[in-house]
Amino acid sequence: MAAKTLTINGRQISAAEGSTILQAALDAGVSLPTLCHLEGVYDVGACRLCLVEVKGASKLVPACTTTISEGMEIQTATERLVKYRRITLELLFAERNHVCSVCVANGHCELQSLAFSQGMDHVRFEYIFPKWDVDNTHSLFGMDHNRCILCTRCVRVCWHIEGAGTRNVAGRGGQSKIITDLNTSWSESESCTSCGKCIQSCPTGALFFKGATVGEMVRDRSKLEFIVNAREKKLWVYQD
Amino acid sequence: MSFLDLDEFLLELAPQVCMVFSPIMDVKKYPANVDLCLVEGAICNEDHLEMAKTIRCHTKFVVAFGDCAITGNVSAIRNQLGLGGRENVLQRAYVEAAQLNQCVPSMRGIVPPLLERVLPLHEVIPVDFFLTGCPPHPNKIRSFLCQWLAGDNPRLEGLDLKMG
Repeated sequence: MAAKTLTINGRQISAAEGSTILQAALDAGVSLPTLCHLEGVYDVGACRLCLVEVKGASKLVPACTTTISEGMEIQTATERLVKYRRITLELLFAERNHVCSVCVANGHCELQSLAFSQGMDHVRFEYIFPKWDVDNTHSLFGMDHNRCILCTRCVRVCWHIEGAGTRNVAGRGGQSKIITDLNTSWSESESCTSCGKCIQSCPTGALFFKGATVGEMVRDRSKLEFIVNAREKKLWVYQD
Repeated sequence: MSFLDLDEFLLELAPQVCMVFSPIMDVKKYPANVDLCLVEGAICNEDHLEMAKTIRCHTKFVVAFGDCAITGNVSAIRNQLGLGGRENVLQRAYVEAAQLNQCVPSMRGIVPPLLERVLPLHEVIPVDFFLTGCPPHPNKIRSFLCQWLAGDNPRLEGLDLKMG
């Protein structure tokens, strides 16, 4: 595959044609904050945390869904980007009810760690404190919509790795909600195979194994990687 | 409690400061010209609101100390229950969830009037510094205090900003 040359933060790099800006940046050792991106499933550009500046483009573009082109000049950490990322994170916290101290994912949460790594010491926007329910009907898993950031990782692993298509998104804007089948309770779902991939994929404590109390839950993402490698490279033996 | 976990550092700190107001001191009135105040807890009722305003008036450097002061944290969970107003909160706490003496206290001065919703400190007064954590780890408190005592503009970053 042909290589393209481009610059990231003034440094010249080359990357395979067809790569996204995110892949090119990571390969070049430039880290970018991501939240909806999950290795092994396709990207949708939902969270807007990986926004970068591309010279000549009128808008900021998401690195995860923008393909590189020859001569592209990319900036990943300008003052404007740092400001917008912090605003994005604060809005995520203000939009639902994220109470880190009593969350199953405390200490293992990507939203929480992004917040502190991006310098968020408080939220400048008024908290909405919406009323959301918790679906605890499934025998193994629970879903707390209070902690959901609508990254749709769970939807994508459910449709494209498990192939079950149980998880979907309903509603619009701030009222959007991850649903099970056609908005049934989880225990009534006819398509859910109880595989648990959605739990492994979730960046926050929204999807959790029952029985996990504050700070207890640790994810095993290697299981997702295993499934993808098993299919693509025929490596069917799981090594713990 | 986390402040007491500063252990031996408290002995180093003692000669450098003059503590003028605290829940462990028998002082009723907030004094004037305070250099630094660590404010714990969210603003839940009218007493808290009044106290926060007094603190701001008489203090040079106000710190929101811990997640409750910064986000409302657990004490703000009542905001998301959809109870719809302070009367329902009292009803829920003192009647529905009570096993004995199911009635809302009505005697004056017993329960300060609740605010409609629990608020983070910075939504009611300007705050100079945010010390996250539930509770804030003693190392963070120490780091902040050392920087402040040295006359620097205190700055914490990375894991030291972790909430929860």
